[in-house]
Amino acid sequence: MKVVLQNLTKVFPGRGRRAKKAVTAVGDFSYEIPDGKLIGLLGPSGCGKSTTLHLISGLQKPTSGRIFFGEEDVTDLPPEKRGIGLVFQNYALYPHLTVEQNILFPLQNFKGKDKLPKARMLEKAEEASRLVQIEDLMDRRPGELSGGQQQRVAIARALVKMPKVLLLDEPLSNLDARLRLQTREEIRRIQRETGITTIFVTHDQEEAMSISDQIVVMKEGNVQQTGKPQEVYDDPVNLFVARFLGTPPINVFVGHVQGSRLYIGADAVLGVAGVPDGEVYVGVRPEGFVPCKDGSLTCDLKGVEVMGRDTSLVLANEVSLNPVVRAIIGGDEPVDEKVQTVRFELKSGKVFLFDRETEKRLYFEGSRP
Amino acid sequence: MRKRFFHDNGWKGWLYLLPAILFLGVFLVYPLIDVWIYSFEEGYNSAAQTYFGIGSYNYSYVLHDPYFLQAVKNTFILVVITVPLSTGIALLISLGLNSIRPLKGLFQSVFFLPYVTNTLAIGLVFMILFKKTAYSDGMVNLLIHWFGGNSVDFMEGPYWAKMFVLCVYTVWVVMPFKILILTSALASVNQEYYNAARVDGTSSFRIFTRITLPMISPMIFYLVITGFIGAFKAYSDVVALFGTNLNAAGMNTMVGYIYDMLYGDSGGYPSYASAAAILLFVIVLTITCINLLIGRRKIDY
Repeated sequence: MKVVLQNLTKVFPGRGRRAKKAVTAVGDFSYEIPDGKLIGLLGPSGCGKSTTLHLISGLQKPTSGRIFFGEEDVTDLPPEKRGIGLVFQNYALYPHLTVEQNILFPLQNFKGKDKLPKARMLEKAEEASRLVQIEDLMDRRPGELSGGQQQRVAIARALVKMPKVLLLDEPLSNLDARLRLQTREEIRRIQRETGITTIFVTHDQEEAMSISDQIVVMKEGNVQQTGKPQEVYDDPVNLFVARFLGTPPINVFVGHVQGSRLYIGADAVLGVAGVPDGEVYVGVRPEGFVPCKDGSLTCDLKGVEVMGRDTSLVLANEVSLNPVVRAIIGGDEPVDEKVQTVRFELKSGKVFLFDRETEKRLYFEGSRP
Repeated sequence: MRKRFFHDNGWKGWLYLLPAILFLGVFLVYPLIDVWIYSFEEGYNSAAQTYFGIGSYNYSYVLHDPYFLQAVKNTFILVVITVPLSTGIALLISLGLNSIRPLKGLFQSVFFLPYVTNTLAIGLVFMILFKKTAYSDGMVNLLIHWFGGNSVDFMEGPYWAKMFVLCVYTVWVVMPFKILILTSALASVNQEYYNAARVDGTSSFRIFTRITLPMISPMIFYLVITGFIGAFKAYSDVVALFGTNLNAAGMNTMVGYIYDMLYGDSGGYPSYASAAAILLFVIVLTITCINLLIGRRKIDY
């Protein structure tokens, strides 16, 4: 089932005592989520991603705009009529019911002709539990389960009535790092097996990048960029998106362009045909640095961190906006830790220019991947 | 041993505990033991501090005293009627309070007022409502007249009328605390459970029975246990309504009986009072144990 959001807007009335300023949690969000895909809504806290999820679920009503599931307009339907499964951030498992009773709960709500015989309900619950691999835990209570197991139960409960759309609100934020890695693969597998259109919300860009078919980057209620994770990473439309995606984060310098040449400090680092003269923000991905004896960019070397297959150089540069500049180079390249300065060439595909005023991307020849 | 006692600064700990131990010992532990001893001393004379012998005569006397039996009966009727009734009504009111937005604070204060009102003041209000005077038959009788009924003498009339007044009074007095506890219990149920239930299309009745009630059941259970204990201890309320000569009014309670045996007009029998107190203790203990047993089976998360 594809999900179409049309000019979706949610405005919360201001409640401040002095300034009754209305807050736009989601502003004019239009997007079409293709059928059977896994979509990551990504953004920092308070960017409106959870509100978007609640609007899709029907728990909140949009101020304006429409929501379609397939061809059907569901904007005015209450949540229970939309056929969605929702997994809450803290799972919201009923603590006094066993795992089995929790999974059965949505099925027991069916009334009239939808009502299922008991045996059929148990069968469906069993099926859902097998899908998330918790069939051995059916008699336990949520309090007796680990975080990861609770997460699976919550997903099973959302899946048991075979929803048209599955919504996950920060599904991994309550898990420890190892479990997070495991569970996100699990979510990917379950989504592939069931083919249910799935939308999940996260503030962790790595999480979103690793499992989503498409990501939507949001900031202060506005959609910044949508697309395949790698495409958004390689071709950010503005400084915010560039800084938000990627670990370690992108290095940002204040530079200027003069006569189609890009200067960082006094170093002329790159030819940037097509960009007008003036001050710009220069974003350079950590993997965009190539150490080179007579390279054009000079940085002071502060330290070297060897992490398995990669080597991370910790550097300093006067015009860097980040406290340190990080460059990641292949682990097999020899690095002399005693040198004071390192010189680099920059890979033009890993360098992004942004307007100083609007922070919008400035394209130059060879800047697109 | 002695050396360690000082070395470990153990005496400091005891020093800090001293005020509490002293007070509890003098006013709680010693009287408890004393009551137990009194209750077995036959023919104790408080003036001469002498007694004839040791035995169970005091218990036998109390258990055969029609006033005591009347008091037990009154207390049990009071407990059985008011505890479920007050808890049930408090739950309904709390649910109402929890689901309204405007004037919530106002209603909460109104419902809480009886809790901070003086017992005797409430007694006076009930007098105005129920008591027959030279000028009027009381407000409630006015209402009964208005609907075409015959007036009832609530304060000095038939037994059920007096019991009715006592029950209404007790329910009304114990309700504020229960409402306070239950509204906070309801408010502390995580909203996400309700959201989850809504997404799954759960009917409001099912949400109440399958989610709300189990979630607040520990609090309800607590209220029932303290409600039982509180109702068994009823005394001041009865005095406020029916005066101090409770045996004559036929409205005595167990605590009232104990008090009368000690200091009342027919008093001066600490042995009988002690025996009655021990009997009250045994009854409350039994009922609380039964409550706990039932509660443990029902509330298990």
